[in-house]
Amino acid sequence: MAETLSGLGVSPGRAAGRVCRMAGPPELPAPSPVTDTDAELSLALDALRATASELAARAEKAPDADAKAILEAQSFIADDPGLHESVETSVRAGRNAAHAVDEACAHHRRALLEAGGYFAERAADLDDIRNRAVAAVLGLPLPGVPDPGHPFVLVAGDLSPADTVNLDPGSVLALVTEKGGPTSHTAILARARGLPAVVACRGADDIGEGTWVSVDGQLGEVEVGIGEEAAVAVQRRAEDERRRKATSRGPGRTSDGHPIKLLLNVGSAADLAPMGHAPSAEGAEGFEAEGVGLFRTEFLFLDRREEPAYEEQVAAYAAVFRATPGGHVVVRTLDAGTDKPLPFLGLAEETNPALGIRGLRVSRVRPEVLDTQLDAIAEAARATGAEPWVMAPMVTTVAEAADFAARARARGIARVGGMIEVPAAALRAGRLLEELDFLSIGTNDLSQYTFASDRQHGELADLLDPWQAALLQLIADCAAAGQAAGKPVGVCGEAAADPLLATVLVGLGVTSLSMSAPGVPAVRESLAAHSLERCRENARLALATDDPGEARKMIASDR
Amino acid sequence: MPERTVVVASSTGLHARPAKIFVQAAGKQGVPVRIRAGEGKPVPANSMLAVLALGAKHGTEVTIEAEGPGADEALDSLAELLARDLDAEENSRG
Repeated sequence: MAETLSGLGVSPGRAAGRVCRMAGPPELPAPSPVTDTDAELSLALDALRATASELAARAEKAPDADAKAILEAQSFIADDPGLHESVETSVRAGRNAAHAVDEACAHHRRALLEAGGYFAERAADLDDIRNRAVAAVLGLPLPGVPDPGHPFVLVAGDLSPADTVNLDPGSVLALVTEKGGPTSHTAILARARGLPAVVACRGADDIGEGTWVSVDGQLGEVEVGIGEEAAVAVQRRAEDERRRKATSRGPGRTSDGHPIKLLLNVGSAADLAPMGHAPSAEGAEGFEAEGVGLFRTEFLFLDRREEPAYEEQVAAYAAVFRATPGGHVVVRTLDAGTDKPLPFLGLAEETNPALGIRGLRVSRVRPEVLDTQLDAIAEAARATGAEPWVMAPMVTTVAEAADFAARARARGIARVGGMIEVPAAALRAGRLLEELDFLSIGTNDLSQYTFASDRQHGELADLLDPWQAALLQLIADCAAAGQAAGKPVGVCGEAAADPLLATVLVGLGVTSLSMSAPGVPAVRESLAAHSLERCRENARLALATDDPGEARKMIASDR
Repeated sequence: MPERTVVVASSTGLHARPAKIFVQAAGKQGVPVRIRAGEGKPVPANSMLAVLALGAKHGTEVTIEAEGPGADEALDSLAELLARDLDAEENSRG
């Protein structure tokens, strides 16, 4: 008998197949006395060597240079003579193999953390090595993404970046996790790869290995125990759907022709190129988007201990302007802070980084960083003839907006805007639009701050559901302020990529939707199937419904 | 005991690729080499974990030491490696 589990649908689409579970980190059994020290030592060291070879083999198969370098470094560390020496010390002190591996990894982990800075970042490598080697000692399944040799639905507690490095989109059909929220790593990865995904799915932990399931990443439902035939039928329909969407083209509009700009979220010119190819003029055209709605400039600054030079910034911005047909690019200035630390900023540690110096607030302590960036954007615009729109992240007050606008306009930037991520700004959208030319709503942070819920907190995922009426109300207020002022108000959070929610956002009066590239075809298709009046009806329905899950279902069933 | 004191030249310090090149080179020497940062405790230079835990950044003064036949040659070649900016060499190769 099929049973339906409910969670949060975070990446739309349907898929069905057999379940493969990802093993969690192995638990240490109670310590046991060691009788044969030498045998115990070889057991531990063999496990580390096996881990090293397995990581080296994965590095060989890694899809890109970054993943390869990470895995090679991990393999190298698993073979480290210093680590082996610590294992030997532990075994000689009476620990069994599993405990010795655990203790040795913990010892070196501490040493790296004490070294601080980017040395401390390697501590996570040791956790992975520890989990693999301990599993090898205990004869448990290796943690990490399984490779059963057939397509499968991946079910896990949660997924970390390390788990997903080698995720093969050819064999993984869908993702289901017991934990995680709409902005968790799993959700972001799934949307980037176009994989249907359901997170915060209670009961996912109890789905047995090999069970046939079907996943609805829009409604957040997982049907467990369907037959193979039903699964094949779902897959066939999903395949047809994908083919149809791959051919979808043209600007975004409702069925009655009301235009909605469909834009891309990018981090660099490389994101505008078809996968794996050099940036080229047809980049964004390949995705059939109408420009870039969010150019996250911080990607240029990550991993840097010194601020990227002015010339380097000019070149990077110009590359994005050139790669965007028609040249419509919305540049967001550096969004960093102690939650997204950039070593060169030298910001102090904060006890509550989400509420501290981040986004535009960094300019309070390092104003010259923003000035240099604005200079570079203006120069890149002059060099390429582009007319970028430039916006600041985390604007909170009208005074902040006015200051930012003055600094940008002084450099000849014509269109200046702000991100709405803080409720204080959403509540004053009308006043902000007296200083600014446009607004862009970042739904991920706006949810976090409106619902006082950490974006990474799995237990609070339901509060971060973008269908929450309070969030939609704030979006509605901003859109209304935009219409009153005759100025554009877009949404560039992940909510924009939900095809059904897109109709609600349009109904609320939003003028553009910006998302990662794989989301565009489904949103375009959904809008094309709804009239503007129907979108407004959906918006009224969603605003009037207290329960986000119910709102989603009502509107989905009404299609 | 023969030793050499060198200032780390790589721009990321003894981290990532520069650390790997140094540790691999140290492991290939015929004699055990130890390394310390400033007045810290010497650690085996063929251990990536130990070398990373030195926390040696660009400009940190490190001392390498070894004893036995071939020690001086080993130290000379490793000191030469530390005094080069291995990050820049990587970048210039693209």
